[in-house]
Amino acid sequence: MENILEYLKEERSQEWRAEIRKSMKAKERTSRERVKMPEEDPNVRNKSNIEVNSGLPIENAVLEAQRCLDCPDPTCMTGCPVGINIPKFIKKIEVKDFLGAASVLKETNGLPAVCGRVCPQEVQCESTCFYTIKLKKPPVAIGYLERFAADYERESGKMNVPHVADSNKIKVGIVGSGPAGLAAAGDLAKFGYDVTVFEALHEIGGVLKYGIPEFRLPNVIVDVEIDNMKKMGVKFRTNFIVGKTASFDDLKKDGFEAFFVGSGAGLPRFMNIPGENYNGIFSSNEYLTRVNLMNAADPDYDTPVISGKNVAVIGGGNTAMDSVRTAKRLGADRAMIIYRRSEKEMPARVEEIKHAKEEDIEFMNLHNPLEYYADENGRVNRMKIQKMELGEPDASGRRRPVPIQGSEFYIDVDTVVVSVGVSPNPLIPKALADLKVTDWGTIVVDKETMQSSIPELFAGGDIVRGGATVILAMGDGRKAAAGMHKYIQEKIKAN
Amino acid sequence: MSKILEKEIFSKNVVKLVLDAPEIARTRKPGHFVIIKIGKKGERIPLTIASADAKKGTITLVVQKVGVTSGKLCNLEVGDEVTDVVGPLGEATHIEKVGTVLCAGGGVGVAPLLPIVEGFKKAGNRVITILAARSKDLIILEEQMREFSDEVIIMTDDGSYGKKGLVTAGMEEVIQREKVNLSVVIGPAIMMKFAALTTKKYNIKTYASLNTIMVDGTGMCGACRVSVGGRTKFVCVDGPEFDAHQVDFDEMLARLGAYKDQELEAYERYMKTAETVS
Repeated sequence: MENILEYLKEERSQEWRAEIRKSMKAKERTSRERVKMPEEDPNVRNKSNIEVNSGLPIENAVLEAQRCLDCPDPTCMTGCPVGINIPKFIKKIEVKDFLGAASVLKETNGLPAVCGRVCPQEVQCESTCFYTIKLKKPPVAIGYLERFAADYERESGKMNVPHVADSNKIKVGIVGSGPAGLAAAGDLAKFGYDVTVFEALHEIGGVLKYGIPEFRLPNVIVDVEIDNMKKMGVKFRTNFIVGKTASFDDLKKDGFEAFFVGSGAGLPRFMNIPGENYNGIFSSNEYLTRVNLMNAADPDYDTPVISGKNVAVIGGGNTAMDSVRTAKRLGADRAMIIYRRSEKEMPARVEEIKHAKEEDIEFMNLHNPLEYYADENGRVNRMKIQKMELGEPDASGRRRPVPIQGSEFYIDVDTVVVSVGVSPNPLIPKALADLKVTDWGTIVVDKETMQSSIPELFAGGDIVRGGATVILAMGDGRKAAAGMHKYIQEKIKAN
Repeated sequence: MSKILEKEIFSKNVVKLVLDAPEIARTRKPGHFVIIKIGKKGERIPLTIASADAKKGTITLVVQKVGVTSGKLCNLEVGDEVTDVVGPLGEATHIEKVGTVLCAGGGVGVAPLLPIVEGFKKAGNRVITILAARSKDLIILEEQMREFSDEVIIMTDDGSYGKKGLVTAGMEEVIQREKVNLSVVIGPAIMMKFAALTTKKYNIKTYASLNTIMVDGTGMCGACRVSVGGRTKFVCVDGPEFDAHQVDFDEMLARLGAYKDQELEAYERYMKTAETVS
């Protein structure tokens, strides 16, 4: 930690940084309003797949960068799970060295264009910004600026491939090509390892591809970042399920020294209420996978999806918002969120809730489903809901929803998407008898090194956390890469 | 990518394909399935592996044309590539010595039954196999089944081959005649439903291998969920084999029809383009 602080201090004292700090009075910087993210018209975007946020124009990015005070103690960085040198990249934007800004991002974050779009900055870097904690003003728009720099670099066609150490010819395997796996793969490639990423699906990207919709994270952006990793020497194998297609032992025989498991929170949860298996009732994973990964809404593609007119999405997280907004785009007249607590307790990002409301999504907060009913073909056509009120806080610290007796009523629905969380995918734990898992099925790891009970196996992301964010998964991937590096180097020394 | 190495036409709508898939061939066990996808715009469908040759690195699939994807697959020729093949998926059949095993296969369900018949025979069981189909030309893999069965009974709906009658009639006959310790049934959901009802009468433990709609096949989406003993299970990771007496086949049948309208429409569109091409 000390080294990092010293490094930051040294970086900050460089001439260009000192100069740019002096170029404008702090008062002038703090008197500026935070920029607004330009957005597509809600009534246009809710009928298409166009990206909702269109990105900052250059002049606004520079203006926003000028708000950053380049604090001697950059508290914003404490809120970043991957440790981006935030003031440095922002000051690069201020001096209009946008490609330089992108390079700074990529020192510690392999997917800046992704994180600039989907990270909950309001509870991370921006929540610990000097503006937020001391000035009580809107924070510097770190997320918008991250996206700006990454987009600028991509659109310039001058993508910088991060420096990779000379190959040490040591093979390491990454299980899963989602954010955790990609972050680990990127760092291990930089250390010089021979990295292979194994992906069960036919496409690389994990939740970035099958889960997050096009209107929030266009697939082309994910592909560009993956291409960049290929240029760093990372190998990808699709249609390969570690533990099934080949066992860990098979791969060890093939020379793999260590593994990182970032297999995600594969198993969707249902509520186990009557009628939940009627047709037209999906998990959010299935609904989003059909639309995002399989392009089911495009008639040229073979995968079908049901485009309902009255769609109820159960849950209040980001995945619920993605599902309900997808339903609207597939032509729903009524696309509703049914959530058992109030908006205040919703786990979804504030921005997603705001966007959903603008797009004509109905919110039935403090409501809970009790039962589904179907027509003679087994297709859902109605559901029974109960009203709720908030009681005392529960284990999560949020106020517990309590049913209001006698408040049950019925609504017509033809499609229901259940988005009440996921459980860890059991494939990997089933494949390894010695692997220590929790009662929930998540893999037990050392918090610092991400090493599991099997020494050569490290893990991170949702398979450890049980359901979190892209950026926390990436943070785990980076930590695990460092842990694996240390483990392998020590093993070499010992022999 | 997996290249098609051999193709054999079993009947108008049923073909056998041998695919180059060395990794899957090495690790697959009886009961396992693969997910395949054809072309960039294809859908993912599950197919149970009929047999495999680890030395040659091949797996064998028996496919019946029922929709767009199975139609495209059946139309591929030797030398063509299947874009995506992933597996082996699911839990393998639990094979052990139990005594007498009654295996019943309906239609193309006979194909995934073959490795199970072979497995039980090699484990030292007496294996009686019933092959059922609508008519003679739809009876497949008879010779291979005879190799691993102590007895093979053929049942056809129209009596064009073997005995006339449904699979359940053949099962009744065996059960009346001798002690059966275990039964395995694979075929259309409706056939498995009645096969399970038959063995339930005699309290014979029965496994059914379910072939539901799937997307990823790794537990991620839940499209394949079925009720087993009143609890929701995922066919892809908890199955594909379940205690047949606990499976809610009516729910399964309804769920198999979830996309009936879209499938029909897509199939008609596909047939039209197929016609214009040929």
